[in-house]
Amino acid sequence: MSAASEHRSTALKIYSYGFIWLWLLIAAFPFLWTLWGSFKVEGDFFSKTDWTNAVFGIRTTLETGAAYTGEGYWGAWVKEEFWLAVLNTLIVVVSVVVISLTFGTLGAYALSRSNYKYTLWILIIALIFRAMPHMTLVSGYLLPFFEWNVWGILPTSIIVLVAINQPFTLWMLHSFFENIPKDLDESAMVDGCTRFQAFRHVIIPVMWPGVITTGLFSFLLAYNDFAVTAMLLSKENQTMVPKIASFLGTTQTKGNVMFAVAAVVSATAPLFILVMFFQRQIVSGLTAGAVKG
Amino acid sequence: MSLALGACCAGFPGYLRLPSIEIGRRLEPNRYVESMKHRPFFWFVLPSTLAMLLFIALPIVSVVTQSLYISHDQVITEVENCGPFGCTTETKVDSQATQALREAEPLGKWNGLGTYFNRGHLAVSEVAFAWRHASGIGDFASRLMNLPFYKALAFTLTYAFVVTPLTIVFGFMIAVAVNTLSAKYKGPVIFFSLLPMIVTPLIGSLILFWMIDAEGIIGATLQYLTNNPNLSLKASTVLTWVMLMVYGLWHAAPFAFVVFYAGLQTMPQDTLESAMIDGASRWQRIRYVVIPHLMPLVTFVALIQLMDNFRVFEPIVGFNAEAHATSLSWIIYNDIGGETRLLSSAATTSVLTIIGVAILLSPVLVRTWRDFTRKAH
Repeated sequence: MSAASEHRSTALKIYSYGFIWLWLLIAAFPFLWTLWGSFKVEGDFFSKTDWTNAVFGIRTTLETGAAYTGEGYWGAWVKEEFWLAVLNTLIVVVSVVVISLTFGTLGAYALSRSNYKYTLWILIIALIFRAMPHMTLVSGYLLPFFEWNVWGILPTSIIVLVAINQPFTLWMLHSFFENIPKDLDESAMVDGCTRFQAFRHVIIPVMWPGVITTGLFSFLLAYNDFAVTAMLLSKENQTMVPKIASFLGTTQTKGNVMFAVAAVVSATAPLFILVMFFQRQIVSGLTAGAVKG
Repeated sequence: MSLALGACCAGFPGYLRLPSIEIGRRLEPNRYVESMKHRPFFWFVLPSTLAMLLFIALPIVSVVTQSLYISHDQVITEVENCGPFGCTTETKVDSQATQALREAEPLGKWNGLGTYFNRGHLAVSEVAFAWRHASGIGDFASRLMNLPFYKALAFTLTYAFVVTPLTIVFGFMIAVAVNTLSAKYKGPVIFFSLLPMIVTPLIGSLILFWMIDAEGIIGATLQYLTNNPNLSLKASTVLTWVMLMVYGLWHAAPFAFVVFYAGLQTMPQDTLESAMIDGASRWQRIRYVVIPHLMPLVTFVALIQLMDNFRVFEPIVGFNAEAHATSLSWIIYNDIGGETRLLSSAATTSVLTIIGVAILLSPVLVRTWRDFTRKAH
């Protein structure tokens, strides 16, 4: 009896380990493969004859003299000016994170400290707004933005991304502020602080864990956005993601798809680093609303 | 799409609290604390609500307005040319006048609900025609699939309602499997598991697309395995849909995994142990103890995923799949991204999409409302 159940549990263990290995392969292999392939020429990465060419770099050796080449990166970063897109992305992402968190902490703090009915309405409306497909909003912006002559520039995209980010930021920070005891700012106010002073001197020093987690998700939203930046930025102001999309349109015919591969790898690297350092915060953020409430 | 990949995921309605935690929260010490006054509340929420009002609420008003207008026709003038053989009248497009008119009234002219019913959208007369002349339900469906709006709607709904349940099942399986690992392996496994979710959707779909390309590693392997050198996943509608849904699953499974995994950590151990003592098998324990415990999280993941999958867009661009699969967001993108920006057509699709979102969202809203009114007592 016990031998039978032990046997079964070993089988189950093997099965479950096998499943995890399979999942890891599915999750991670595409990234490793693309990273490896970005140092090859197109004839190897998209090998008509034999996929092992991509591993050993047969054509890369023939064409460039070495098994690895940085041509894709050179083409993308220098020839196609990907560095400019990187710079634009940096400006957009930093601004969006800073402004979103400023607006979001103020708003969410107030929402968590008021018991009036309108707080409920603001939160529910924010939830509805969060479900809006971004493309529908973008189609609403175009005509007014053309009329006001603000289409194509970075500040427009930044403020739009901040606004799109607000519902989510409010909900997430709201749940963090709910967990900060209200006695804290209340006693500061008893001691004579105004509401804002209480927020400034008592709440701000203790809110950073929640703000950092929320900031990570604001960063991801701005960094990963395609709908807004592709439609609202002019060609010279493009950020990384629309720039990569435009590579596909113009360079696939020229046989320079490797530029796009190199750009994709370059744009993925910061995300890897982010997960590496902030894994714990990302996991806790994903589950904050769900588990903690 | 999950465009707001990061954003897809957090900050949810509070009704999804797990029972054990809810008990803890009843002991909240602050209920006698006084509420924030109206005036400071107003100043605190002003920047945030103003941003949402200007860039989310007004654009919705803007799409509704734009959808009721249509751009001006070209101005046509009649010119009489009199020559030695008599006079002829000629009609000409007056491009200058057209330009001037379009600039003076950028919204265009009033069209009422005309755009809603035209061929590009609800296609009322085409649908009625197809209904009368179709030989059967299959024929009717295939005629509908020739109409752009219905084609996009079909893919969007299929995608949302296929990918969402698969995500839940797959995410749950990963969570259960990872939970059996010893602590030192959990960190690295979670790290690699997060990657498909954290990566930019367009980039993630490109990475997979290059691999399943006929000359990429998976595409070439499939050709070899099926012994069909012409096999191309891009060339068939069914395979394109499957490919996009596999991408959707790959992208969303980590989110479901992380949420369920966190739920498993709060599993009451004594319930599991008493089930074991009562002789429940491993499967019975999962079925009757673990799954009921995770049920609130399943609802939560399902709702978030339905909302995000409904706006599927980037994979269609990344996989270059528009010949076989389009989504509602994609046709809006296609209308406003072209050389001639079809603003009123895009606006009409947007309004129809928003109506779809409202229908999908209504159960969430009702539950959030109930949760809050319950909490108020």
